Amino acid sequence: MGSLLLDGVGKRYGTAVAVERVDLDVRQGEMVALLGPSGCGKTTTLRMVAGFVAPTTGRVLIGGADVTQAPPHARDTGMVFQSYALFPHMTVAANVAFGLEMRKVGRAEREQRVREVLRLVRLEGLEERLPRQLSGGQQQRVALARALVVNPAVFLLDEPLSNLDAKLRGEVRMEIRALQQRLGLTTLIVTHDQEEALTMADRLVVMDRGRVRQVGTAEELYERPADPFVAGFVGRCNLVEGALEAPGAFRATTGALLPCAPGSAALGRRILALRPEHIALAPAPSPASNGAARLKAVTYLGALTEYHLELDGTPLLAIRPTPPADDPLRRLSPGDAVRLSWEASAARLLSAEPTDQQGA
Amino acid sequence: MTGAATLRRLPFRLLVLAAFALMLAPVATVMTISVFRDEIVSFPPTGLTLDWYVNAWARREFARGFVTSLQVAALATCIGVPLGTAAAYALVRARLTGAQAISTLLLAPLAVPAVVAGTALYMFYLRAEFWLDRDITSTLEGLVAAHVLLTIPWTVRLVTASLQGMDRAAEEAAANLGARPFTVFRRVTLPAMRPGIIAASLFSFIQSFENLELSLLLVGPGRTTLPVAMLNYLEFRVDPTLAAVATVQILLVAILMLVTDRFVSIARTV
Repeated sequence: MGSLLLDGVGKRYGTAVAVERVDLDVRQGEMVALLGPSGCGKTTTLRMVAGFVAPTTGRVLIGGADVTQAPPHARDTGMVFQSYALFPHMTVAANVAFGLEMRKVGRAEREQRVREVLRLVRLEGLEERLPRQLSGGQQQRVALARALVVNPAVFLLDEPLSNLDAKLRGEVRMEIRALQQRLGLTTLIVTHDQEEALTMADRLVVMDRGRVRQVGTAEELYERPADPFVAGFVGRCNLVEGALEAPGAFRATTGALLPCAPGSAALGRRILALRPEHIALAPAPSPASNGAARLKAVTYLGALTEYHLELDGTPLLAIRPTPPADDPLRRLSPGDAVRLSWEASAARLLSAEPTDQQGA
Repeated sequence: MTGAATLRRLPFRLLVLAAFALMLAPVATVMTISVFRDEIVSFPPTGLTLDWYVNAWARREFARGFVTSLQVAALATCIGVPLGTAAAYALVRARLTGAQAISTLLLAPLAVPAVVAGTALYMFYLRAEFWLDRDITSTLEGLVAAHVLLTIPWTVRLVTASLQGMDRAAEEAAANLGARPFTVFRRVTLPAMRPGIIAASLFSFIQSFENLELSLLLVGPGRTTLPVAMLNYLEFRVDPTLAAVATVQILLVAILMLVTDRFVSIARTV
C-alpha cells in the first residue's frame, strides 16, 4: 500500500514527444483516471509507472521511494492489461498464484490467498480451467485477481473494460470500483471512455497530445473546464468561437450575440462553452422574430430530446427532458423559430487557443 | 439436413474423398505389396506372405541403415532444433539489422534442391579434408552436419510462428508480478514456444530420417542410411523387400506423429 507521485515525468522518442510532462499525486487509497483520446500519452504514462517505459525526464515515487530506475519486477505494482495477458498454458489457479510464487510465499499460504481472491472476484470452482476455456468477462476477473492477490502498492488498470460488451462493462465497472474502495487500493486507471472515468475515479487527469490539460474531480471538470479541449472531451458542450465585446456580451464570429457570465474577464478573443442542457427553449411567435433561432432537427431519445439549432449562423445543441405530450414544444418541427435562453453564468468563457477538437 | 441439401453437397464430398484417396494411394500400395508373395508384383497376388520382412531383416544393410538413419536423425535434430530455436528467437525479438536477409538465408536450404546441396557439400568436404587432413565424407559427423542443414529451416519457421503468435503482454505481466527476466523467459516465453519446438523436432527428425538426396554422396561404406541402402538394393533387384522396408519406415513416422500430436496439436501448430 502506498501513494504514487509523478514528478515532472516525461518521455521523448528522439524528437517525438510521447508525454510532455506529468505531475500527479495519487493519495493512498485514491483512484485516479488518465483520460484522453488515443495517442494522448496516457498509456505511456501508465507504462512508466509500471517500469516498462523509462522516462526521459522526471521521477516516479511509489510509497515515497524513488523507483524511476527500478526494473518492472522490483516495483510492487499490480497491473491489469488491456488484453488481460493471462498465461495461456497455466490454469486459473496457477495464473493467480504466479505473483505469490515470485514473492516466495509458502505453498499453504499461497493456496489460501488464491482461494480468497478467487472468491472475491467470484470465480470459485474455475481454479483448474485454462484461460481459453473462460469467457471474456471471466478472463478479465482472473486478470484482476492475479494483480490483486499480491497486495500491490499501486494498482494499475490499462483500459480494463475495452474488450467487454456494453452490458458487462457497466457491471464490471461497479465491481472494480467497489473492490478498489473496499481494499483501499491506490489506483491509476487509463481509459478513453469518459463515462468510465467519471463513474469510477475520485479524480481525473485529462490528457491531450502528451500534455495534462486539467486535473480534478468529475464535477470540477464538467462544471469548470479549464480549456475548450476539456469542455469538449468531458461531456458534450457547445463551443463557440468569437470575442467578448462588453462584459456579459459575447459576439460569435458568425455574428450571433450570446449572453455570458458578466465577470471581470478582459475583452478579446474567447471561446464560449455552453452545456446543451443549460439551453432552455420556447416556441417563438413568428419566424422573423428578432433573436430567434431556427430548429434544424429534433432527435427523440425517450427521457431526453436533442434539439439541433442555429442561431444567426452559429450551430447550437440543446438537450432537454422530453416535455409532456401536450406541451407546445412537442409540436416543433424542423424550420420552426425557437427562442433560446440560458443563465448567463452557465455560459463560460474559455481562453481561445488553437484546438482541433470540436465539442458538441 | 434435407435430402436435396445432402445431394448438393455430394460432389464436394466426392472431391474430398478423391483427394484423400490420391494422398493415401502410394502409402496403401506400398503397404499392400509388402505382403504379396510374388517376386514380380502382379495383381491379384498368388498369395500373401511375411517373407519379405524376414528377408529385409536378414539383409544386414537394411538393419544397419535403419540404425544409422535413426542416429543421424536424432543427432541432427538435437543440434539443429536448439540452433534454429535460438535463431528464431533472435530474429523475432532482437531487432537485428538485416533480419529479413538472415531469415531468408536460414530458409534457403528449403529452396535449394537437396541433390545440388549434397553435391556442393561433397565438394566442400573434399576441400576441407585436404586442409584439415582428416576424413569428413563417409563419417557420421559429416553426415550429421549435412542433416542439421535440413532441420534449420523447419525449426526457424515453426518457432518463429509460435513466437509471433504469443501475446507479449504476458511477458510484461510476469515481470509486473515480480519475475526477473530469466524467469519470465523460462516460465512464459519458453512455454509459448513449446508447440513450435516440438513440431520442429518432429519435422526435423522426419526430414532427416527420410532424406535420400543430400546423403547420397556423403555416406561411406558401412555408414549407409536407410534410404541410400534402399536405393542401392533397387539397383540390383526389384522385389517386395523394399516395400517391406518402406512399410516399417512409414509406420515409424506415423507413430512419431501420433505420439507428438498427443502433446501439441500438429494441425494447429504447422
